Amino acid sequence: MSANRAVPKLCVQGLDLYYGDFQALINVSLEITERRITALIGPSGCGKSTLLRTFNRMNDLIVGCKVVGDVELDGRSIYAPNRNVDDLRKRIGMVFQRPNPFPLSVYENVAYGARIHGLAAGAALDAIVEQSLAAVDLWSGLKDRLDDNALTLSGEQQQRLCIARVLAVEPDVLLMDEPCSALDPVATMRVEELMQELVDRYTIVIVTHNMQQAARVSQDTGFMLLGELVEIGPTNQVFTSPRDQRTEDYVSGRFG
Amino acid sequence: MRFRLPEKVVERSLLLVAMSSVAILLLITVFIFREGGPLLVQVGLGNFFSGAWDPQHDQYGIALMVVGSFAVTSGALLIGVPFGIACAIVLAEMAPPRARSILKPAIEVLAGIPSVVYGFMGIVVLLPMIRTHIGGPGASALAGSIILGIMVLPTVIGISVDALQAVPRSYREASLALGATQWQTIRRVVLPAARSGIVAAVILGMGRAVGETMAVIMVAGNSVQMPHSPLDSVRTLTANIALEMGYAAGDHRAALFATGIVLFVIIMILNTLANLARGRLKKRSVVVVTLAATAADLVKPRAKPEEQ
Ligand SMILES: Nc1ncnc2c1ncn2[C@@H]1O[C@H](COP(=O)(O)OP(=O)(O)O)[C@@H](O)[C@H]1O
Ligand SMILES: [Mg+2]
Repeated sequence: MSANRAVPKLCVQGLDLYYGDFQALINVSLEITERRITALIGPSGCGKSTLLRTFNRMNDLIVGCKVVGDVELDGRSIYAPNRNVDDLRKRIGMVFQRPNPFPLSVYENVAYGARIHGLAAGAALDAIVEQSLAAVDLWSGLKDRLDDNALTLSGEQQQRLCIARVLAVEPDVLLMDEPCSALDPVATMRVEELMQELVDRYTIVIVTHNMQQAARVSQDTGFMLLGELVEIGPTNQVFTSPRDQRTEDYVSGRFG
Repeated sequence: MRFRLPEKVVERSLLLVAMSSVAILLLITVFIFREGGPLLVQVGLGNFFSGAWDPQHDQYGIALMVVGSFAVTSGALLIGVPFGIACAIVLAEMAPPRARSILKPAIEVLAGIPSVVYGFMGIVVLLPMIRTHIGGPGASALAGSIILGIMVLPTVIGISVDALQAVPRSYREASLALGATQWQTIRRVVLPAARSGIVAAVILGMGRAVGETMAVIMVAGNSVQMPHSPLDSVRTLTANIALEMGYAAGDHRAALFATGIVLFVIIMILNTLANLARGRLKKRSVVVVTLAATAADLVKPRAKPEEQ
């Protein structure tokens, strides 16, 4: 365990984030361990998505957003001036709250990342597409529909496709921002099962406002409130014997 | 208590005003077809689209003018479309807000400049340039294409920008989050997603080029002849009407109206295609709305296409 903890996959140190004058993250520090599922919980608007988006620098796209402090991936700063952001985002994939497949064919959706990074072409690309779809349990169902427009799929299939699209570029880390909030309970359960399969190979950080989900899927849980990371630790401990009173109030359903 | 117009009265009056524009459209349609239709029947479509235009000897074939219109229009699109789409990409995707706040009004001004001014600039600047650097007399299909290429820019840019901005942000985010560069995102996701709107922009730009009259007359040379190179002089359908209407009488006059019918039909087809491309209309309403838009084009050729 301690050997495992020695090399965190992601390490956040004293992170402050501002949207203009508004401070959305206040002195956040945490470590995310490899090949585990870390859940970030907290009431809506507490900064979960914001924190997640600092890991792949998606906040760079927001005008007026300023980041102070640092995030390290495998011990290397991701905010260093010479850091290649496109390469960073290749290594840290993201799945969004609403399924957002491109209005292209199923095949082109999955092949997209591999193509732009020049990972493969021709038969090798076909293989990547097949592997990625198989990894999210879509291959058997969709192998005859690879040319269909992805927007014709069901919500669950679309979200799985978005996960496959990320897997196709072989990232290390998967960021998931409330990936099930647009899905029905059965689809949610199945995506949660999928996450359990994926965690053997990937480090997963999932944002959820659903405490049951965090309890079901994650090994570590961090609780956020008003831009602060109140506490983070093994899921079991955070839910049964939290160190902070605010965490206890939240997980026992007294607010949020 | 102050007197207030009853809601109903206001509503009715507005409706009446709106309907009157449709009425004007119908009037124009009926008028053109009544003036030009009989001649079409009389000489037959085959003769009307033949290459012999000689009103003094009762020859009314408009093929050379069709070629002229086709030449300057395709030239204009060749120049205006790549340039316009590039501008639209910069405007919608890349320009920082400050650059955008300069570019956008500039393009709107471009749309508001009277076409005679474009023609004037063409005569003063463009024709001498063509004469000295490329050769020929200057006034030519090439000159017409260049001037029209500039004149279609506001149409192409405006509608393309709308189309690009209608592409959901989530597509861009998904692409960037996969490590795509901004340019890869634009080329592989945003442009394909905006394709139908951009197609509509091109078609409407085409309509704009086909319908333009004054500027083309001033720079294209207006000879009724088969052009053999871009440096040859050409006469467009619109130019033919404007140049000869002043003195035409009888069948000659009717032939010009019949030319108007041809233009009317071309513009109507283009508008219909554009609206279909944008998927904005239910099939049934296409005809009505297209008719209205066509009338607007004919009455006031610079009319800006409605915003999305
Ligand atoms: N682009 C933005 N510009 C300004 N404020 C933002 C922006 N995005 C989020 N915020 C604010 O930052 C805070 C945290 O937002 P977010 O990270 O989305 O919360 P969560 O995901 O926990 O619901 C909220 O108060 C929200 O209003
Ligand atoms: Mg959120």
